[in-house]
Amino acid sequence: MRSALSTLEVVRPRSLDHALEALGRSVSGERLVPLAGGTDLFVYLNAGTPPGTRYLDLWGLRELRGIRVRDGGVRLGALTTFREIREHPVLGRRFPSLVAAAAEVGAWQIQNRATLAGNIANASPAGDSLPVLMAHDAKVDVRSARGAREVAFERLYRGYRELTVDADELITAVTLPFPPARSFPFFRKVGTRRAQSISKVVFSGLLALDRERRIAHVRLAYGSVAPVTLRARRAERALRGEPLAASVAARARAALAEDIAPIDDIRSSRDYRLAVAGNLLEQFLRAAAESRARR
Amino acid sequence: MIEFVLNGRGRRVRVPPMKRLLDVLREDCSLPGTKEGCGEGECGACSVLLDGRTVCSCLVPVVQVRGARVVTVEGLDRGGRPSALQRAFIDLGAAQCGICTPGMLVTAAELLRHARGRVPSEEEVREALAGNLCRCTGYQKIVDAVRAAARGASRDGAAGTSGARAPGRSRAGTARAKRSRTARTKRSRRRG
Ligand SMILES: Cc1cc2nc3c(=O)[nH]c(=O)nc-3n(C[C@H](O)[C@H](O)[C@H](O)COP(=O)(O)OP(=O)(O)OC[C@H]3O[C@@H](n4cnc5c(N)ncnc54)[C@H](O)[C@@H]3O)c2cc1C
Ligand code: FES
Ligand code: FES
Repeated sequence: MRSALSTLEVVRPRSLDHALEALGRSVSGERLVPLAGGTDLFVYLNAGTPPGTRYLDLWGLRELRGIRVRDGGVRLGALTTFREIREHPVLGRRFPSLVAAAAEVGAWQIQNRATLAGNIANASPAGDSLPVLMAHDAKVDVRSARGAREVAFERLYRGYRELTVDADELITAVTLPFPPARSFPFFRKVGTRRAQSISKVVFSGLLALDRERRIAHVRLAYGSVAPVTLRARRAERALRGEPLAASVAARARAALAEDIAPIDDIRSSRDYRLAVAGNLLEQFLRAAAESRARR
Repeated sequence: MIEFVLNGRGRRVRVPPMKRLLDVLREDCSLPGTKEGCGEGECGACSVLLDGRTVCSCLVPVVQVRGARVVTVEGLDRGGRPSALQRAFIDLGAAQCGICTPGMLVTAAELLRHARGRVPSEEEVREALAGNLCRCTGYQKIVDAVRAAARGASRDGAAGTSGARAPGRSRAGTARAKRSRTARTKRSRRRG
């Protein structure tokens, strides 16, 4: 076997409280590394670059499982897998862009294990669920032995792969409010091939029109174009209060260049990403206009 | 001590908790059918069913299978005879070097179980198998074999991996399978 793995220790808590206590105690010495589906962690472990020697196995914690539909929205336990998201009937109807993103995370083998909180905590700017969570104004439940708090998803990242979650805290759930009436959700990932590729650009949009058919609510969220997932606020501003027209889309696209700061890297170039981000925005607005016309 | 159900039988292993399920199967359970390709979740050669779902056993620490049901390619047959799915792979030439075959069979078994006798579309099969890479066959024969197995199963009104026969069975196919089986055994010995 991989000899390095044989020396690693695992703590298997009986309950969430027990897990939080163990995690809290560990931060004064070597912090326990939370382990969920392991689809990110085992890539490091197999490559011989383990992020630690002691792990906190969350997989058995029932408190962190389950998708609950409530009055105002849904609550997804931290350990919800992308497969569970794909197969959930209410999510399919009310959050089709989240389901679309889940279907594009790796392939079946990955979706059966990869968790929503793992995607969030791994904090890759290319994480496919992240723009959807941002577009839906998600809230993240975070807990430690000291207590619980709720963080707006938008405020979860401090910088590249850096979360505002403290070392003794775990993500316990994610809540998504139902989108406003007459809204149009959108998700699109652009990678090198259809399955199992890391995004070059990933985008999720959400917009709702008022009775005069003007854009009343709009969210544009991008991944892979900046060190963190971000909202294109200038482009959103160019859209708010306007009709779904080509000229409006062009203005939003121009504003987008100010919003995002893509980089050249091994997967893609800056100019390519900027062009794709603009195309995705226009595609979203066109699709929204078409779906409007159909109704 | 970690206990789980392996191919329908209770199994106990005394191994380090973060040891990969892949290594536990091959080294501690003497089941070398499950292969290692990439060791990073990309190729699917190590696929096994964990509580009925296909997963990459190279990414699963054995500590997380405590109490779970694990099915490897060795557990897909029907009492020592190939399942409909395995038959279809043999008959339609869906295995060449064979390194991807165990993972393909495992993932296809999940697909057929979900399909419950319905024949999945070509597109559905390709989507389900997107995490299983094959360097030899060009995929078409694999897709055809999965759908042939589903057709056989739906004809017999049986579940996807039951003993239903796929069409086009031939002796040549059986010989081919035997060859690839030998190749596979050799390779797994080499891997140690
Ligand atoms: C082949 C392959 C393909 C992939 N494709 C994609 C893809 O297309 N899109 C994509 O976005 N990702 C992809 N990934 C990455 C990965 O699958 C996801 O990021 C996944 O959601 C991680 O979840 P996990 O449960 O496996 O996390 P783990 O590996 O268990 O953990 C990941 C990180 O999150 C931390 N963590 C986990 N749970 C919690 C918690 N509750 N509270 C606090 N911290 C926690 C861990 O400590 C660790 O740092 C891929 C991975 C592989 C191997
Ligand atoms: S060896 Fe596990 S996916 Fe390639
Ligand atoms: S048969 Fe050789 S890799 Fe698929």
